Amino acid sequence: MNYDYSAYYVLLSLVLFTIGTVGFIVRKNAIVAFMCLELMLNAANIAFVALSRRVGNLDGEIAVFFVMAVAAAEAAVGLAIVIALFRNLETTESSDAMELRL
Amino acid sequence: MENSLTLACIPLFPLVGALLTYGVGKSSKDLAGWVATGASLLSFIFTLLTFQQLRALVGAHSYEVAAAGAHGAHHGGEAQVYRALEAPLFEWFRIGDFGVDFLFRFDSLTAVMCLVVTGIGTLIHLYSIGYMAEDESRPRFFSYLNLFLFSMLLLVLGGNLLVLFVGWEGVGLCSYLLIGFWHKNIAFAGAGRKAFVVNRIGDAAFLIALFLLIQHFGTLDFVALKAAFENTLASEALLTAIALCFFIGATGKSAQIPLFVWLPDAMAGPTPVSALIHAATMVTAGVYLTARMHFLFDLTPYALLIVVCIAVLTAIVAASIALVQNDIKKVLAYSTVSQLGFMFVAAGCGAYWVAVFHLVTHAFFKACLFLGSGSVIHACHHEQDMREMGGLLKVMPWTGLTYGISTLAIAGIFPLSGYFSKHHIVEALSHSGETNPYLGTYEAAFTAVITAAAIMTAFYVTRSFAMTFLGSYRGHAHPHESPVTMVIPLVVLALLALGGGVLNGMVPFQLWLGHTIPVGHVHSSESIGAALLHSWPGFVGVAFGLLFYTVLPQVPKALATTLPWMLGALRGKLYIDELYGAVIVRPLEGMARMLWKGVDQRVVDGCVNGTAAIVDVSGEVVRNTATGQLRHYALLMFAGTVFLIAFYFAM
Repeated sequence: MNYDYSAYYVLLSLVLFTIGTVGFIVRKNAIVAFMCLELMLNAANIAFVALSRRVGNLDGEIAVFFVMAVAAAEAAVGLAIVIALFRNLETTESSDAMELRL
Repeated sequence: MENSLTLACIPLFPLVGALLTYGVGKSSKDLAGWVATGASLLSFIFTLLTFQQLRALVGAHSYEVAAAGAHGAHHGGEAQVYRALEAPLFEWFRIGDFGVDFLFRFDSLTAVMCLVVTGIGTLIHLYSIGYMAEDESRPRFFSYLNLFLFSMLLLVLGGNLLVLFVGWEGVGLCSYLLIGFWHKNIAFAGAGRKAFVVNRIGDAAFLIALFLLIQHFGTLDFVALKAAFENTLASEALLTAIALCFFIGATGKSAQIPLFVWLPDAMAGPTPVSALIHAATMVTAGVYLTARMHFLFDLTPYALLIVVCIAVLTAIVAASIALVQNDIKKVLAYSTVSQLGFMFVAAGCGAYWVAVFHLVTHAFFKACLFLGSGSVIHACHHEQDMREMGGLLKVMPWTGLTYGISTLAIAGIFPLSGYFSKHHIVEALSHSGETNPYLGTYEAAFTAVITAAAIMTAFYVTRSFAMTFLGSYRGHAHPHESPVTMVIPLVVLALLALGGGVLNGMVPFQLWLGHTIPVGHVHSSESIGAALLHSWPGFVGVAFGLLFYTVLPQVPKALATTLPWMLGALRGKLYIDELYGAVIVRPLEGMARMLWKGVDQRVVDGCVNGTAAIVDVSGEVVRNTATGQLRHYALLMFAGTVFLIAFYFAM
């Protein structure tokens, strides 16, 4: 018997994405926000892999590699911004970074 | 037609002079006047040279033939061949079939005008050197004066109506600049503006006339127009409309009712300006235009009737106002308006050559009178009120003598120049019914009114002479004779005023103009006795003037006390300025104020400011969404994405 469990994986992906989104919106700490962002990206990856398997081709898995590459680059830039933020304002709270607002 | 190089040089000198004078004035103010006078003199010399060329072209023998023909035929002018010198400079523009050349043409009429303009212009330049000797900005004055001469020459030399119009506007501009020459005085500057604005009304009509001519005849060249009018099939209504539009233009420039109000105010300018622009040359441009367009006016007897009506009315109204003015220049200003009326009477009767003849003699004696008044004003330290003068003949013999001669000339006393031209005007008017049935009806009435105006003319100039030069001095200054640069022009002009009429006998003025404009039958000379008899209006006016203002001063005083309303009305210039103010100026001002406060400030400014206010308020509202909080932006992005997805599925 070949049971199709992909629906559970998609459900998991949905849960992770929701946690990531809510976390990004509610948490002020920039590092936590990043973690939430990673969570959202990886939730998307899970959905890609699961659905790729269900459909029966490798298109989704190729997309995952791209997402991972972008996530790595984004983490490098984002963490550099956080470090710069900390150096200038001695905080990692994103809510304190509102210099440009009048 | 023959090309002429000297012709092209005539207007060149004043133009160069205008620029040069201003440049020279930077380093030497005294030199500026001499440079300007030199430019004017050169222009006069070149006019004489061109005049000689034209005389050679016309030819002495054709003169005699023409004279014989003129005596034989009723319309002698038609026997003569039109000849002119030309200076085509360049093609100005061409739109389809309609083209205009920048062309100067010099015919017998232009020759007369040109000689008057440059000749008297030169004398007045010379006079101005003395008159303006103490003025700080005299280089500017002479520069304007040269510029005026240039514009006036464009006006009279222009071979088509458009070049004439450029000159027409140019003299208007110079008139404005020179009336308001002492622009620090607000009233003087206002007088300049008034002259400019009033003239614009006439110019609008002039332009309409040009457009009508272009539309229906397709040319503005005088020779082409004359040919086109000879066999025209155009309706009389159209011709009358064009003629009246030209006449409205002329009423503006030549100060006729209803647009004459600017000329008395124009006396705010320096007196040489009054003499040159507002007596001798510019104001006669309307008369010149009428003579130039004679082929049009001859076809429209109805328009001619209106011309004569307006002219007669102007002559008598202005003469009556001049009777009571105390400002010496105001007397002469109203006198000019009145004399221009005389010229238009002649033009309206179809006796264009008489109009031009009176234009010339008037230029002589009126320029002399104005320069004489300037000399007096100069001597009395800028006092213009004749009640503060008197007895000046003893201290200023030259000025007094020349003023006296001009007085007799303008009064029309034989054998001075004014008699000849004025007598011809009355003559032309009393025979006008022969050619124009419209005029025939009113012939007698018009003749009576114009004779009354002639008597008044003699009276008011004699009054001004008596009040200024006779009796004893009533002012407080120490008058003295003017410098020689001022006396020379006075003497020359007085001689011309004296002999201008005799000149007509020696040089057949009428035949000379007959090459260009129809002159009718040549008048045979009359005996001296008849001439003296015909100058009775002059004698009457002068006699009463002398009587009332030397021997019997109580008579005018008694008249003033018995007829105070009449004196008031005449002193108040018949309240015409007030009437225009109430009927035209103030409603216009009110409308302008309404447009300013209502339309401009409320609607136009409201639209602009309202747009800005909307942007401002909406910005204030929308800026609240830009909190600077990363989380808020993320929430908005999320909400937006959800909305888009929901929208996609809902579709």
